Amino acid sequence: MSAAPPASAAAPVNAPARRRRPVQRAVRWAGRRWSLTIGLAAVAALCCAALGAGWLAGQPPDVQHMDATLQPPFGRHLLGTDEYGRDVLSRMLFGARLTLLASTAAVLLAAVTGSALGLTTGYFGGAYDSLAGRMIDVLFAFPVVLLGIAIVAVLGPGEPSVVLAIAAASLPNFARVSRSAIIAEREREYVMAAHAIGAPVPYIIVRTLLPNLIGPLIVLVSLGFAYAVLYEASFSFLGLGAQPPTPEWGVMLSSARSYLFQAPWYAFFPGAAIFVLVFSLNLVGDGLRDLLDPRRPTSGRPP
Amino acid sequence: MAKYLLWRSLSVVPTLVGVSVLVFLITYFIPGDPAQIMAGSDATPDVVAGLRHQWGLDRPIYVRYAVWAASALRGNLGESYFSHMTVLQLVGTASRVTVELALLALLIAVVIAVPAGIASAVRPGSWFDLAATAVGFGGLSIPGFWLGIMLIYVFSVYLRWLPAGGFAPLSDGLVPNLRSMILPAIALGTFASTQFMRYLRASMLEVLGADYTRTARAKGLPELLVLVRHAMRNALIPFVTVLGVQMGYLLGGTVITESVFALPGIGRLVLNAILNRDYQVAAGIILLIATAFVLVNLAVDLVYPVLDPRVRLGRPTLSQ
Repeated sequence: MSAAPPASAAAPVNAPARRRRPVQRAVRWAGRRWSLTIGLAAVAALCCAALGAGWLAGQPPDVQHMDATLQPPFGRHLLGTDEYGRDVLSRMLFGARLTLLASTAAVLLAAVTGSALGLTTGYFGGAYDSLAGRMIDVLFAFPVVLLGIAIVAVLGPGEPSVVLAIAAASLPNFARVSRSAIIAEREREYVMAAHAIGAPVPYIIVRTLLPNLIGPLIVLVSLGFAYAVLYEASFSFLGLGAQPPTPEWGVMLSSARSYLFQAPWYAFFPGAAIFVLVFSLNLVGDGLRDLLDPRRPTSGRPP
Repeated sequence: MAKYLLWRSLSVVPTLVGVSVLVFLITYFIPGDPAQIMAGSDATPDVVAGLRHQWGLDRPIYVRYAVWAASALRGNLGESYFSHMTVLQLVGTASRVTVELALLALLIAVVIAVPAGIASAVRPGSWFDLAATAVGFGGLSIPGFWLGIMLIYVFSVYLRWLPAGGFAPLSDGLVPNLRSMILPAIALGTFASTQFMRYLRASMLEVLGADYTRTARAKGLPELLVLVRHAMRNALIPFVTVLGVQMGYLLGGTVITESVFALPGIGRLVLNAILNRDYQVAAGIILLIATAFVLVNLAVDLVYPVLDPRVRLGRPTLSQ
C-alpha cells in the first residue's frame, strides 16, 4: 500500500491520486453513514469475538473454581466469576456463539419461508392467497412470547423450539412486505416482457421479481435480527431455551439475579452484551433502511 | 360505514377459528397421554382405557376439536391437573395483576412518549431531538428483563426505596400497590414508549410539513394553537393503530416482567403451566390472550374511521 509509484509510469502525477481516491471515497461514504458503519463494525467485532472465543477467553467456560466464586471483575478474572467460580468473560464469549447462531437461523428461516410465501401469494393471488393470508393473520394474533411458549409445549424446551418460535413470529413481516411489493410490480412492463418471451413462472418470480425486493428484505432481515437476539435471550432467561449449564446470555442473567446482592456485576455484563449487540443491529438496520429505501423518511435526521 | 364495520367485525371470525385450531393442535400434539397423566404411572391399561373413553380421548380429532371449541365458547376452558381450579378461576385472580401492570406500563409509555415525540418533531435536529432519538434507540435495544433486574438493583438492593418483587393488591392500599408495580411497569413500558416516540415524531414531522399547517401559520395563529389544534390532532390518529399493536407486545412482555418481579399474574401462570406440564391451563390462557389481542386490534380498526373520516372505507387489504 505504501509502495511508491514506479518512476516509469506513464502518468506519474496522477497514479498516486487515483490509487488513494477509492479509500478516501470509502471513508467519506462511511462518514456520511456513520450509524451503518458503527453498527456493522460492532456486529463484526462481536462475531469475531464469538468465533475466537476459545482463543480470547483464556480459559474454558465450564471450569469451576469453587474457592473463587462470585469474584468481582478486574481481578484475576477480567469480568469476575459466577456462583461456581466459572469465568464470566469466557462464558459470555462462548454464549455469543449460541445467540448469534440461533438468531441467524431464526431470521434466515423466517426470511426464506416468509418471502417465498409472500412472493407466491402475491403472484398467484386467488384462493391460495386468501388462505395463506388468513393463516398469517392467525400467526399475527399470538404475541411472540406466547408463540414461543406454545411451541415449547409441543417440542420441549431448547434452542430448536426457540428458533422455530422466533421464525414463526417474524415470518408474517416478510410475507406481508414481499406480497405487497410483488403486487405492485406484477403488472409492470418488464414482467410482461418476461411472460412474452415465454419465461417459466418460477423463473419470473425468482429472477425477475425477487431482485426488486432485495432492498426492503435486507432491511427487514437486519431489523429482524435485532428482535431475534432479544427474544432468544428472553426465552433462555425464562427457561424455555438453552438450559444451564450451557453458557448463554439469558441463562447467565437468570442465574445472576439470585446473586444481585453479593455480585451485581454478574447480572450487569451478560445484559450489557445483549444490549450492545441489539443496539448495533438496530443501527445497521436503520442505516440500511436509509441506504436502500430512500422513500421512507430517515429516522435520525430531519428530512 | 356500516358495511365497513360489519365486514371488519366478521373478518375476525376466521382468524379466531384459526387461533382456536392452532391452540387445539398444540394440546393435541403435546407428547404424553393425558389419560395416563390423570391415571398415574402405576395404573393398569384397563383403567387408562376407561379414562380415555370417559374423557372422549378415543374419538376422532375433529370431534374432539368440536367438543373442545364448543365448551371453550361456553367459557369452559378446562381445569388445572394440579390445583383442580378451573382455568377461568385461575385467570380471574391473575388477570388483576396483569391488567394493572399492562395499563400502568401503557400509561407510563404514553406520558413519556407523547411530549418527547412532539418536542423533538417541533425542533428537529435540536439537542433535545438528538438526545431523545439516542435514548429512544437505546430503549428499543434494551432487553426488558435486564432493565428490570438493573432497576431492582438500583432501587431495591442499593437505594432500598422499593420492594424487589412480589405483589401488593389494591386492598393493601394504593401506596403499597403502586410501590410494588412501579418498577415492573417501567421495565415493561420502556420498549413501547420508544416505539410510540419514534412513531409520533415521524407523523408529527409529516403533519408539520403539510400545507394546512403552513396556512395556519400564515394566517397568524399562535404557534401553540397550530401545534395543538392543527398538527397534533392529525398526528395522533395513526397513533391509535400503534397503540393496538403495542398492546399485544405488552401482553406478551408481561410474561417476562412478571417472571423478573415475581408477580402472580397471567404471564407467570402460563409460564409455570408450561414448565409444570399443566397443559390445559397453558392452552386456555394462550387462547384467551390471542383472542384478546385480536379483539383489541378489531376495536382499533373500528374506532379508526370514526377518528379519521378521511380513511378509505371498504374491504381492508392484507397489507394493512
